[in-house]
Amino acid sequence: MSGHFDDDLTRPLEGAAEASSAEGATSPEVGRDEWVARHGERVARRSGLLGTLEARFRTVPWWAWLTLLIATACLIPVFSDSGYVRRVAFDTVVFMLLALGLNIVVGWGGLLDLGYVAFFGIGAYAYAMLASDQFGVHLPSIVAIPLVALIGFGAGWLVGLPSRRLTGDYLAIVTLFFFQIFLTFTNNGDDVFGHSLTNGPNGILNVDELSFFGWSLPTTTAQGQFAIAYLYVAVVLFGIVYVALRLLDDSRTGRAWRSLREDPLAAELMGMPVNWLKLLAFASGASVAALTGTLQASLVGSVFPQDFAFPLLITVYTMVILGGAGSQAGVVIGAILISVLLEVLRDPGDSRGLFYLLVLLGLVGAFRLSRQLAVVLGATVALGFVARAVAGTIDDRWTAGVGGGGGRLAGWASDWVIVPTQLAGWIAPVTYVGLIALVLMLTLLHGWVRIAVLVPTLYLAAFVWENVMLAKPEPTRYVVLGAILVGVMVIRPNGLLGERRVEIL
Amino acid sequence: MSPSTPPMATPLLELEKVSMSFGGLASVSKLDLHVDEGEIVSVIGPNGAGKTTLFNLVTGVYEPTEGDIRFAGESITGLEPHKITRKGIARTFQTLRLFLNMSVRENVMAAAYGHTRAGAVRAMLRTPGQRREEREIRALAEKRLAFFGERLMGYRWDQPAYSLSYANRRRLEIARATATNPRLLLLDEPAAGMNPRETQEITELIAQLRTEGGYTILVIEHDMHVVEGISDRVVALDHGVKIAEGTFGEVATDPRVVEAYLGTGGMARK
Repeated sequence: MSGHFDDDLTRPLEGAAEASSAEGATSPEVGRDEWVARHGERVARRSGLLGTLEARFRTVPWWAWLTLLIATACLIPVFSDSGYVRRVAFDTVVFMLLALGLNIVVGWGGLLDLGYVAFFGIGAYAYAMLASDQFGVHLPSIVAIPLVALIGFGAGWLVGLPSRRLTGDYLAIVTLFFFQIFLTFTNNGDDVFGHSLTNGPNGILNVDELSFFGWSLPTTTAQGQFAIAYLYVAVVLFGIVYVALRLLDDSRTGRAWRSLREDPLAAELMGMPVNWLKLLAFASGASVAALTGTLQASLVGSVFPQDFAFPLLITVYTMVILGGAGSQAGVVIGAILISVLLEVLRDPGDSRGLFYLLVLLGLVGAFRLSRQLAVVLGATVALGFVARAVAGTIDDRWTAGVGGGGGRLAGWASDWVIVPTQLAGWIAPVTYVGLIALVLMLTLLHGWVRIAVLVPTLYLAAFVWENVMLAKPEPTRYVVLGAILVGVMVIRPNGLLGERRVEIL
Repeated sequence: MSPSTPPMATPLLELEKVSMSFGGLASVSKLDLHVDEGEIVSVIGPNGAGKTTLFNLVTGVYEPTEGDIRFAGESITGLEPHKITRKGIARTFQTLRLFLNMSVRENVMAAAYGHTRAGAVRAMLRTPGQRREEREIRALAEKRLAFFGERLMGYRWDQPAYSLSYANRRRLEIARATATNPRLLLLDEPAAGMNPRETQEITELIAQLRTEGGYTILVIEHDMHVVEGISDRVVALDHGVKIAEGTFGEVATDPRVVEAYLGTGGMARK
């Protein structure tokens, strides 16, 4: 019990309600707060060029960024006439759409939905059934696409119904089971009471291409390359979905979803129907995924159960988490990064460039532009030339090899890194594990000892990269991607554009 | 008593022989309680007396094992919590439950969900009606926040709720609760964790909530000065049973209350 009731605290509560309009009041009153009034002086801002740039960036509205992104995507055919690049651009837009949909469920609703890719599959299969010879139905795209989005919404609603009272791990398990049911059904759907629905593992072939108002869009050009029209359709769909979701986010429903993510019980007690909102989030995400499925099915012209497997789910989740769950711009950037990275890493020359660039960036990030950085780089390069010269004098074969891939850096690397023609069987695992051990050890060291260990570590990394990693490009893609992810998540635990989440009570 | 509201035939909130037990352990048993329109009623009692359980029963978090709860003459027993809130009961929490990573203004705007209509499709199309409603929600939130003076105004609107001090979080919770446009406000220890000056302010603020907001208020409070300052009527609970009811003076001097809660000499300082 407070004993201060009769002290100096009996000042009447004048003007608590009107205080907002009581500007220029001279005497301190309840509700009038010096600390609040002078907050402008305490706001920490960067100064100089960086500060100005940061301030400018913040004032750019979201639709300006979106326009820039869409314009860039539409200009891709101007920059590159390679069908491969255009197809990668299309796939990237598909991933962007998938990430947007998953962001509704995971980022806004806070629901861990591991069955998400199944809705992508449902959309693709639904389109395939509504526009192919499978049932002899050939709906025009302008009807089929919205219809599939509705089907996806309905499917999401139905899956959500039994799981609407679940959260966290339990919801994850239930949705994972649903994903498995989807895969089992599509795989065995060639004999449903004697009728073939999905043709099982053989998939549905000869799915119609997109057609609008009687105009059919061929999926390939006369030269057999990816038809650019599909990129435009995908970009238009993306634009519509992005704007719609952005408007939804800044509305009564969007606020309710975020409240639900923050504290479901408080949301319920503030008048929000939590179960209904969960269902809506679930179904909306499913609807976007299904919509995306139509793009995929119409371009590829076929659907198979294995197109919607577990790795795809992990990829989409990675995009959302890397970009920052809850931030629409973030998940789109995450999708672009991952999708482009996975393609860049296919080519050994490009992936070599990326590797050295990342190492360099990492070093600059750790040391800034300091004397230490110069020492480390100089020592590493010197060590490389010495080591290679020594190795060359002992045995010519040790330096006669050529690193995989091409590119400008390949020549430079083979002047510097020991690349034997034939690698003894034990070298690859020993150096690989040794590199990991050295990197882990680095985190425990400080000062000059750390720099002394860093130099051979860098050289060993280059050795492992040229001799071990580049020899096996496919696993290397995922190892490098994983390393990048770990790095990003360590630096920014909430993703690139994710908001800082605070959970204190 | 608020002068604008005429006396009603039935009380605004009425509990009739309400019991709640968890696995055989009775937290509230056969509790009769009523709150009239325009009244401020305080619930006191030692920890574990069933005060917060009472709030959870009224707001629908728990369904009573026995008895009936009526609001404005209508039974609300067994209704989902959000439906009860829409009927006009809003609460704050003893352990604060704000939407911490949302802005101050959004916290309050979110609570307007129950009495607004524009759905997802209208939001995506930004229909004129939806935009008008959105402006109204925003104006409502700012009005509710203005009730607390400058503390939750201006630049604070766009700050995340986690950046607020403890006392401001309590204020924000009250603002959020009032944004549901309730008739009955349930305040769960509004003065907990506040310094003496803030405690004094909250005491006057609760009185203001009634006179200016027109709310009927049921409050759980441990600070006897707050209880004395605001209550028309005080109800003392112990082990889920009502042990005393009446004016502050009557309850504070009731021997059973003194024994169970206040302790001998507790009020002697006063």
